[in-house]
Amino acid sequence: MATLRDIRRRIRGVTSTKQITLAMQMVATAKMRRAQNQVRAARPYAEQMAAVLTTLSDRAREYHHPFLAAPEGGEGLLILVTSDRGLCGALNVNTIRLAHRQMVSRFGPGYRVVTIGRRGRAFARRSRLAITYDLSGLPDRPSPAAVRPAAQVAMDLVLAGTVQHVLVAYAAYRSTLVQEAVVAPCIPLGEPARDAAAGAVAPGSDYIYEPDAQSVLDDLLPRAVESRIYQAVLENQASEWSARMMAMRSATENADELIRKLTLTANKVRQAQITRELMEIVSGAEALSAGRS
Amino acid sequence: MPVPTAVVTADATLFRGPVDFLIALGRDGELGVLPNHAPLMTALKPGPLVLRQGRVESCFFLTGGFLEVLPERVTILADEGEPADAIDLAEAQRARKAAEDRLGAQEAGSAEAAQLERALLYATQRVKAAERARTLRRG
Repeated sequence: MATLRDIRRRIRGVTSTKQITLAMQMVATAKMRRAQNQVRAARPYAEQMAAVLTTLSDRAREYHHPFLAAPEGGEGLLILVTSDRGLCGALNVNTIRLAHRQMVSRFGPGYRVVTIGRRGRAFARRSRLAITYDLSGLPDRPSPAAVRPAAQVAMDLVLAGTVQHVLVAYAAYRSTLVQEAVVAPCIPLGEPARDAAAGAVAPGSDYIYEPDAQSVLDDLLPRAVESRIYQAVLENQASEWSARMMAMRSATENADELIRKLTLTANKVRQAQITRELMEIVSGAEALSAGRS
Repeated sequence: MPVPTAVVTADATLFRGPVDFLIALGRDGELGVLPNHAPLMTALKPGPLVLRQGRVESCFFLTGGFLEVLPERVTILADEGEPADAIDLAEAQRARKAAEDRLGAQEAGSAEAAQLERALLYATQRVKAAERARTLRRG
């Protein structure tokens, strides 16, 4: 049985841990809101881009571009988007596990990887993957230009013919409670995800192209690739802060629960001590009075 | 009938609303778009974008992007952009001067020179957008 002093010391320890997790929860809540707003602000561009791309690639079927179609197999590149720090539940583990399994089954264990985020980089190093480029330590709310170098590396590799497929893995932000690990194709752009194609271009609408469809596509495709990677980074940040907020919230709740239980034990121990002391006094007094009579 | 128009960049929506007339800088030169324009798709060069709503005009500086015109909707996918009246004209002119000086110090044809030429083009067009913003009609 722990002594009263030990229990009280533990209560103090848990209380100060709780203060830390509570503070982290507040910070995460604020950052989560900002990151969520930014994902929402960036979605119109990504959706419009997807809609335009669908129409354009329909128009220019005979136009071949390595960003639009690739043969099955070939070499693969993974853009692994993770957080820089931990304390966000199973978020990064889920993304990494899903991405690694898919990449190994499609391209074998020797695939290349571009890491955005220290957690993914640490995994890639442990697994001795070929890290082509690393873009960790992005600020909160990065600009599109901050993410561009990663897209550039991927596009250069594809244009050089070194790899044919680029996939991007990240934790998609669904809501504060739900984040989902996703491995999405990046190159070839192929069929864009149409789940949120609000205001998509009506099929069959034909454009006048200035100067012509090919050069518009040549300009547009790199932007589309960049847009996908940028969107993945923003989604991942919103997921990261949501997951961290939830992790810190449950840590705070656990601390509360632990403090409640410890306080109960401390009170019981204290009561037991008082009872024992009382009994000692009473039996001492009785022994004295028995000796006198 | 004004056309619903959206100007979006990768990280923000710059403008959303009905527009009666717009002027943008396309790959092959300036182009004006009125309602019921034929469907058009073009890349944009760095430069000002002017939107007219009734009697009010607004101006943006875009570093490039794409213009999609449909009879019922106009979308501009901008690389980067800012409202032109938020640009400090004096600061923009200084930036242009600095870009000119840096370019003058480089020998022509090198990779740095090409990059500096682009920077100069941005700076020049940014000044134009800021100047254009001063002449806008405001309701």
